[in-house]
Amino acid sequence: MNSFDRRRDFLKTAGLAAGGAALVLPALASPEDMRAALTKITGGADVRRGRVKLQLPPLVENGNSVEFSVTVDSPMTETDYVKAIHVFTEKNPQPYVINAYLGPRAGRARITSRTRLADTQTVHAVAELSNGTFWTDSVSVVVTLSACIGDLI
Amino acid sequence: MADVMVSVPAQARRGEIIEIKALVRHPMENGFRHTQTGERIPRNIITNFVCRYDGVEIFRATLHPSITANPMLVFSTVATASGRIEFSWTGDNGFVVTQAASLRVI
Repeated sequence: MNSFDRRRDFLKTAGLAAGGAALVLPALASPEDMRAALTKITGGADVRRGRVKLQLPPLVENGNSVEFSVTVDSPMTETDYVKAIHVFTEKNPQPYVINAYLGPRAGRARITSRTRLADTQTVHAVAELSNGTFWTDSVSVVVTLSACIGDLI
Repeated sequence: MADVMVSVPAQARRGEIIEIKALVRHPMENGFRHTQTGERIPRNIITNFVCRYDGVEIFRATLHPSITANPMLVFSTVATASGRIEFSWTGDNGFVVTQAASLRVI
């Protein structure tokens, strides 16, 4: 075998190894998984659109770190406040991102954090109010470099 | 071991809403990645964050593998009285980190 063939063999093996690694990657969650996760939080209650504002860039170059913030329109008084803010993704390996629990002492209903995004998808924020109602907002995000599962180290 | 950065204003007027930032150094290894030899890298994340103001819980969060490495959280509270604001992070493999800041209310 000349050196050229050996190189080709090596390339073939390397290709197989890469293919093998791809096979063990976990399946991404589906929008159905996300809805199931959402039902767990709401207990099947109605989730209405509005009052919540999810801010997230519409185009993300690097899915490893995407800053988002959720603001809820609420007076944050002792009797009318936001109890919790939940963030979900449709296509990360798991639908959950964060569950944040706040109360009237927060003064205003706003949280900021950073998430990973595995794929181009829709991100959802759900707010649970003290009167037991649920409100939501969602943003579609285009991700060019995905996070979570694509990178081998 | 762990580096923590919290940002709380040194002083605030009574009733003012202050912004609190909390950041901790942590890999947030999500448990879905593999090494080049195909072994799964075990999950190692921070699962809980709690913030207390003079011993009373004012903010709590459950974090999931989707949260980035070195998780950052920004939230707010109403400055009610001078006191201590305590932060605590707990996670996989017995990870516990606490930090405190003091706030003067004028």
